[in-house]
Amino acid sequence: MKILVAVKRVIDYNVKVRVKPDQSDVDLANVKMALNPFCEIAVEEAVRLKEAGTADEVVVVSIGPKAVQEQLRTALALGADRAIQVETDDMPDSLSAAKILKGVVEREEPDMVILGKQSIDSDNNQTGQMLAALTDMPQGTFASKVEVTDGHVSVTREVDGGLQTVKLALPAVVTTDLRLNEPRYASLPNIMKAKRKPLETVSTDDLGVAVKRTVKLLKVESPAERSAGVKVADVDELVDKLKNEAKVL
Amino acid sequence: MSILVVAEHDNNAVNPATLKTLAAAKAIGGDIVVLVAGKDCAAVADELAKAEGVSKVLLADNAVYEHQLAENVSKLVADLGKDYSHVLAPATTTGKNFMPRVAALLDVAQISDIIAVESADTFKRPIYAGNAIATVQAEDAIKVITVRATAFDAVAGEGGSGSVEAIDAVFDNDKSEFVGEQLAESERPELTAAEIVISGGRGMQNGENFKLIEDIADKLGAAVGASRAAVDAGFVPNDMQVGQTGKIVAPQLYIAVGISGAIQHLAGMKDSKVIVAINKDEEAPIFQVADYGLVADLFEVLPELNEKL
Ligand SMILES: Cc1cc2nc3c(=O)[nH]c(=O)nc-3n(C[C@H](O)[C@H](O)[C@H](O)COP(=O)(O)OP(=O)(O)OC[C@H]3O[C@@H](n4cnc5c(N)ncnc54)[C@H](O)[C@@H]3O)c2cc1C
Ligand SMILES: Cc1cc2nc3c(=O)[nH]c(=O)nc-3n(C[C@H](O)[C@H](O)[C@H](O)COP(=O)(O)OP(=O)(O)OC[C@H]3O[C@@H](n4cnc5c(N)ncnc54)[C@H](O)[C@@H]3O)c2cc1C
Repeated sequence: MKILVAVKRVIDYNVKVRVKPDQSDVDLANVKMALNPFCEIAVEEAVRLKEAGTADEVVVVSIGPKAVQEQLRTALALGADRAIQVETDDMPDSLSAAKILKGVVEREEPDMVILGKQSIDSDNNQTGQMLAALTDMPQGTFASKVEVTDGHVSVTREVDGGLQTVKLALPAVVTTDLRLNEPRYASLPNIMKAKRKPLETVSTDDLGVAVKRTVKLLKVESPAERSAGVKVADVDELVDKLKNEAKVL
Repeated sequence: MSILVVAEHDNNAVNPATLKTLAAAKAIGGDIVVLVAGKDCAAVADELAKAEGVSKVLLADNAVYEHQLAENVSKLVADLGKDYSHVLAPATTTGKNFMPRVAALLDVAQISDIIAVESADTFKRPIYAGNAIATVQAEDAIKVITVRATAFDAVAGEGGSGSVEAIDAVFDNDKSEFVGEQLAESERPELTAAEIVISGGRGMQNGENFKLIEDIADKLGAAVGASRAAVDAGFVPNDMQVGQTGKIVAPQLYIAVGISGAIQHLAGMKDSKVIVAINKDEEAPIFQVADYGLVADLFEVLPELNEKL
């Protein structure tokens, strides 16, 4: 079985972004970038399926400018076999990303595509579902457990009310939630080995996809800041403040 | 303008997030039609016909929609949605599951998790864990939108006089199948709708200690939440996670106990009206957003608080 994993380059999750003074966007100059944490979980799951003998090849793909090769190398160091960069100048919107991924799916014909449930920059949570619709694949989103059995995958999903399990015919799309696994750290020898693994660059033209943008970013603002309040000395003072000052009890 | 709002429900009752999504629809303005897709869910349709501003409820009552499988529901919503200017659903795990499929089937973008309506095509939404608020304009003819329920005040559930119309469109598929679910049973209010939320973090040390929080919650009629660290460690189930990638809450009172205040946690609770933090580390970032901070050992504070409430 072949697994395709889509990975996105995003701001490191420890960094708190700042809005540019002209409110055109956030300031990403000199900010530490990383593999989106949910994509890291996606790579880990695919590599574990390979280690378990369920999968025999793990291909990672990222869409974006040359810089995304850094995240592809990270994924290779975590155990993916080969990488594809779909070169674009800019980050495409989710629907375009899904169309590009559909082009890659048609070329690679994977049995399963694993994506993160959301990017921690846009917080969109939509690309995997869009890809599933475009390719008419079934989907198991927000996965906390994935089990492959003859031609099917059972996915346990984290939903608002608890957990839900669905059974999907392969090929299928899976998106990862936090509890699916704990990703490993890449070892130094594996980081060295990753440098020699194949990384192919293709264009959106090669895939026959036109990238369009139908959502305009008009403005980016800082949220209303909360100011720190007061420290109370003990439980009595806390209860008193909540009852008589904030009036929430 | 005509707006299709996809209702969230459990085949018996309307999820309150639906009434908040209706408030977003009202802010856009136009004729509002609600879709209730499910099985044996006519009572839900009748209930929603009475909601403020609803002109009509479409009822798709069929076994194929019982568990809201994205493959089926998205085809139904896309089929109906092509006749509307806007299609809205709450940004719950159900809405997040099927709505992007609807957008893709209609070949339009989705605007996720809006917190404000600026005009019929311009919306505000949080990005980067709520550390920035983007104003975006959708240029597609059909706007597919998920709504952050906590950002809108529910419309009245009574007083309206919409009609109910049964529709018989059936979209099934042979690739996905519902196997089962483990839903959390709780007498407490639902986390995202509660007036008071009390959450525990890694500082709670184990699941048994959450009893200290639950006792207080029961006294206050509060819901219980948790940080990711508490869920990952197995103290409590996943449906209790508050944050960027869990549930968004905005109660009147939020009490954070043994939670450090990582940006991912703050993203899920910083719009609460009053925030209380109980933490033994006075440098913990949670104190930067707390209205009332108590620097103390939670194992001493919680029993005392329980007694004094
Ligand atoms: C602050 C900000 C503002 C933006 N504003 C606009 C705008 O106004 N208009 C506009 O059209 N676009 C905009 N974008 C771009 C767009 O929203 C996304 O960044 C991106 O194209 C699509 O991914 P997503 O974040 O929607 O993915 P999500 O659906 O949140 O991500 C889910 C998963 O999809 C996969 N995935 C997503 N992107 C890629 C990728 N590039 N390569 C490989 N896999 C991927 C990953 O597995 C990821 O975990 C903006 C982005 C940011 C960060
Ligand atoms: C992709 C991604 C998504 C994430 N999404 C979320 C999310 O949705 N929600 C979320 O919460 N986190 C999320 N996180 C995790 C987040 O970054 C933090 O790791 C997490 O919130 C920490 O949880 P905590 O505050 O309980 O634990 P810690 O940071 O370990 O804090 C524990 C606190 O308890 C205090 N404490 C310990 N003992 C006591 C005592 N006896 N009395 C009083 N205080 C005590 C300590 O002083 C400390 O401040 C995400 C992370 C990533 C990478």
